[in-house]
Amino acid sequence: MIKKLLLLVALLSFTAEAGSAAPVKTVVLDGSTTVGPVAKSFAAYFTRKYGVRVSVSESGSGNGAKSLINGSCTIATLSRPMKDAELAAARKKGVNPVATVVAMDGLAIVVHPSNPVRAMTKTQISSIYNGRITNWKQVGGPNANIVVIQRESNSGTAESFRDLVVGKGVQIKGSAETQSSNGSVKSRVSSTPTAIGYLGLGFVDRSVKAVAVNGVMPDVKTVRSGSYPVARPLYFYTNGQPTGVVKQFVDLPKTADGKGMISELGFVNR
Amino acid sequence: MAEERGGERNRTNTFVVSSRKRTIQKAVNRAGELLLLVLASFVAVVVLFIFYFVARDAIPFFELRGFSEFFTTSEWYPADEPGKFGALSIIYGSLMVTLGSAMIAVPMGIAAAICLSDILPFSIRQYAKPVIEMLAAIPSVAFGFFALVVFAPLLQDKGGALLMWAWWILAAPFTVLFVIVLSDLLTTRIKDPARRKQLNLLSVLLFGLLSAGLLYRVGTLLHAIEILTGTNALNVSIILSFMALPTIVSVSEDALQAVGRDIREGSYALGATRAETIVKTILPAASSGILAAVILGIMRSLGETMVVWMASGNSAHIPEPWFNYLEAIRTLTATIAGDMGEADQVTGSARYHVLFAMGLLLLVISFICNLVSERIVVRQRRILSGQ
Repeated sequence: MIKKLLLLVALLSFTAEAGSAAPVKTVVLDGSTTVGPVAKSFAAYFTRKYGVRVSVSESGSGNGAKSLINGSCTIATLSRPMKDAELAAARKKGVNPVATVVAMDGLAIVVHPSNPVRAMTKTQISSIYNGRITNWKQVGGPNANIVVIQRESNSGTAESFRDLVVGKGVQIKGSAETQSSNGSVKSRVSSTPTAIGYLGLGFVDRSVKAVAVNGVMPDVKTVRSGSYPVARPLYFYTNGQPTGVVKQFVDLPKTADGKGMISELGFVNR
Repeated sequence: MAEERGGERNRTNTFVVSSRKRTIQKAVNRAGELLLLVLASFVAVVVLFIFYFVARDAIPFFELRGFSEFFTTSEWYPADEPGKFGALSIIYGSLMVTLGSAMIAVPMGIAAAICLSDILPFSIRQYAKPVIEMLAAIPSVAFGFFALVVFAPLLQDKGGALLMWAWWILAAPFTVLFVIVLSDLLTTRIKDPARRKQLNLLSVLLFGLLSAGLLYRVGTLLHAIEILTGTNALNVSIILSFMALPTIVSVSEDALQAVGRDIREGSYALGATRAETIVKTILPAASSGILAAVILGIMRSLGETMVVWMASGNSAHIPEPWFNYLEAIRTLTATIAGDMGEADQVTGSARYHVLFAMGLLLLVISFICNLVSERIVVRQRRILSGQ
């Protein structure tokens, strides 16, 4: 009796296994922490809709590129275009990286609404964060010391800001205050008249004032056209032109649902 | 009780327990003791394991980067390539807010405990103590939210005025006391009572005016201070002191109560006033308990994470000048909480292990504090028991 039962259980589990194995393909994503949220919500959506298993790891853009070259991931997510060295390494291994732009990532530089400063250059902002400029009057504002607010080093926004504004090899000064989320940066800037901070474009509202950078105001249009300087495209890289499920996944940003998810996460649709 | 007595031979036979029953009793007794032993040693083992696991992940950091960078430089750029892991400013920030909160919470807490135990009537104490203890039940994130959203903007807008009022309220009573005592001391040698009274009055007037001027001057200086950022060491120190207060008050009050009525009455019987009894008899007798309370309170401030994470500003630098409580700082606990998300163990090895090094440092500090307080308590007890 018991033996029969066991047999039955074994048979059942076997068929169950076979059933779940039907969608053969698993899509593996690896790379940028900035693209991470988009990749994750795409993955959840994709699994729900098509029953395809999607795994997402966030090990940084460089590691994503490495994974694609080594063949350990299907799609590499990068917050920057692939470097020449990476492309060369890929070609050597017979991998042909093809880029698809997922979304645009734009950062607004924000100040207190009462601050008369309306526009700054990228160099000025970089100097403020580096500590070379410490008073608002040096950038055409009132005579008041600047309270510099940045994000925790683990944030993708902080990474974008460092790459796009502060520049490589320049250190943000130690006395800069660090906040843990877009929300708390906004709350600090909106309650501190002499503060400066940066936010993902989706987080800007009336409680803070975004300033023009190099003469361009940040909004969906200027970010999309590429004229706003503190913005960058985010990429999915595949080996060769994507096909099948991978193509379906890479094309998600073109669908209405994909667009919805992207703008919900504070990014800008291409 | 009945069985115990029954065990003795010269009692009546009604309570004699059969040998079988006695064996069972013994076995149950043993089992109970064993269970308690296991439970008690479990706690000790947990502490040891925490030490072991934190140290296991902390030591690789020192192997990778050595000691001098961590303890002597204050360049904290863990995300850079290559990263910089100077934690001096962060250690300093932790010590700064702990000291700041202790400076507020310890005098206030002990004063409140004395007031509760020896001055207020019982009917008031009955309600006051639970209310103070309720402070301990407020979750720290609520304190943090208050510090960030209410207190920080308040400090920015009205910081100078707040500082001025705090100075006046705190300093005025002490100044009055000081002037009176000083005048008494100055005129105590004059023999003629009438003349003494006159001079005394004169001196009170003179010093009173002087110190009132001083009070006012310092007050206006404080009022002129403009607080640039509300998320600073002062904000965090004040909020942390509120969090440490219930522990200090409650434990000190228990210590003061434990001194006992006989000692108090003995003191009164010898002709001591209430002030003398409190200062010279009760406080020394309860000092070990009060010290334990203070250490517990300080540990609470040192280990608190959420409030400092939200309201200290988290900027890894030593304030300029070093005692400037009006600048943002960063603490060990906040750094661990903030950086843990990114520092995954596979990729950023030094970046991951440095957080454990910080955890180990916190553990060692609290361990030393506990050890010291234990030693003092034991010694105090020996002195008081007259050995």
